[in-house]
Amino acid sequence: MTQILVTGILLSGTYALIALGLTLQYGVARIMNLANGETLVAGCFIAMWLFATLTINPVVGLLIIAPAAFAANWGIYRVALEPLVKRAKSRGQLEVDSILATFGLLFLFQGIMLLTFGGEYFNYTFLAQRFEILGSGYGLNRVVAFAAAVAIAVALYFFLYRTRHGTAMRAVAVDPKSANLVAIDVARTAAIAFALGGALTACGGALLSTFYTFNASMGVVFTMKALIIVIMGGVGDVRGAVLAALILGVAETAVASLIDPSLTLAATYTLFIVVLLFRPQGMFGRQTT
Amino acid sequence: MTRLSQKEIAIGVAAILFLALAAMLPFVDQGYYLSLAVNITLYAALCTAWTLFSGPTHYVSLATAAFFGLGTYAVALWVDVLPFPLLVGFGAVAAGALAALVGVATLRLSGVYFVIFTLGLAELVRQIVTWAQGKFTTRMGLYVFTDLREMHIYWMLLALTALVFLTGWLINRSRLGFAMRIIGDDETVARHSGIDTAKAKIALFVISGAFIGIAGAICAPRYGYIQATTAFNPMTSFLVVIMALLGGTKRLWGPIVGVIPFVILMDFITVRFSNYMPIAMGLSFLAIVFLLPQGVTGRLEQVWNRLQSRRTAKPAAEKAA
Repeated sequence: MTQILVTGILLSGTYALIALGLTLQYGVARIMNLANGETLVAGCFIAMWLFATLTINPVVGLLIIAPAAFAANWGIYRVALEPLVKRAKSRGQLEVDSILATFGLLFLFQGIMLLTFGGEYFNYTFLAQRFEILGSGYGLNRVVAFAAAVAIAVALYFFLYRTRHGTAMRAVAVDPKSANLVAIDVARTAAIAFALGGALTACGGALLSTFYTFNASMGVVFTMKALIIVIMGGVGDVRGAVLAALILGVAETAVASLIDPSLTLAATYTLFIVVLLFRPQGMFGRQTT
Repeated sequence: MTRLSQKEIAIGVAAILFLALAAMLPFVDQGYYLSLAVNITLYAALCTAWTLFSGPTHYVSLATAAFFGLGTYAVALWVDVLPFPLLVGFGAVAAGALAALVGVATLRLSGVYFVIFTLGLAELVRQIVTWAQGKFTTRMGLYVFTDLREMHIYWMLLALTALVFLTGWLINRSRLGFAMRIIGDDETVARHSGIDTAKAKIALFVISGAFIGIAGAICAPRYGYIQATTAFNPMTSFLVVIMALLGGTKRLWGPIVGVIPFVILMDFITVRFSNYMPIAMGLSFLAIVFLLPQGVTGRLEQVWNRLQSRRTAKPAAEKAA
């Protein structure tokens, strides 16, 4: 029982990073980014490549991956998504447009990665040692990935709640129009939030790759999980996303080890349905009219 | 019911003539062109059924593969014990029931929840079906042996497409269709004028889903050997969205304008450059969003309206001079 709990919590660290990336992109930049999982997969491949060719430790590799992902996502937002934000007459239209455009990006990136790496599964050995928690052993790589994820999430929390830029970001999340009135450059803040979200997701991918077998086409599954975490936690809510990631990680591990490993998606969906039926505004969200 | 106008009768006669002509195809060719035509009619049926719901509501549904796969499995699981037409009915009921469940869970909320829910739906149903199949039956591989040949499947799909069109036309003339048009324009207005928006949306989604289930059931004999990964192939959902939006979803016949060229293009790509299929799909999505947000038919309509207004503006200007 504790084993399930600990494994689930360790897994949830990376889930939380991915979901935080998505919640920034959707909550602040108003882009429902369905290509988020592809950023994650790209993070996996770059981490593996850095480790295999330059023997750079994946945790150190984050220092390269995060800025690279930030720049790449900044570019994507400016070129492909900002025109849609400017063109949209209503929130609903932007939603449909951004969903379709990010489907396009999803398939484009997935296709490029399939051409480069093929459809096989990859993994590499990093810190594959035993680490003891409460009397049973876990992979050291999982523990390290979890610790790194916690550190990044804490840093993000301080950025959002203790700095001017972070406050501006939260203001845009609440109401872009009013944020504009108090001299916040909404377009720029949205672009930064989107880029930051991409960087977080790529970090999640890099950490995931240290203990997980990955392939070029698995992005959608992770996008799905991240979306469910974001909705469970409430869109744009950092604490909610972390708590929801914990719940999802533990629930998945429990179903995989107690019932059947092939039913993890069913577990995810069950949680999703419960949330939709009883608290569609998220765990900490307030009822909107 | 209002009486049919002259224009509607003319369109109806033309449609019947076209249908009869299309039905003659197997007598001309039974090889490559028939198989291409089966694909075109299949996607015509799927895209039109998709548009029944997603056209007026603007909800992007990715549940197509889930409904389709349920239809296929309904036939595959019981084809040895029950007659085929009954199983097609089963497929429709199963898909319709799933649509109702999804609708009840998500259609009361905003569109994003619906898209997300349907995004993983095919994979979810596939996991559950595969798990249940392994748990409760001893059959792993499913063979579907029937006397139905490709041309029979073609005729059935053609009839299904016609049925979808007829249903769409009848819905348009009904109270439900009227309600849907108001919901599509402004949901708040619809709610204030006493329309139960969630109920109307769910009803339409169930109809759309049931048709897709029937299409899946009809296609089961075509595959012969059924695998969960082909029956619930998520690509089906995405292709349907691309084709329908490419054609334009404002009119019921819009999607067909997208289906015909895209199926031919897809056929070409899968034969020559199968590795590039995801990239082609990605570029199609981006092209639709940036270049053809209203689809081909929407763009044509715009051009037509502009020409019309120019034509009416000219005599007026001359008169003024």
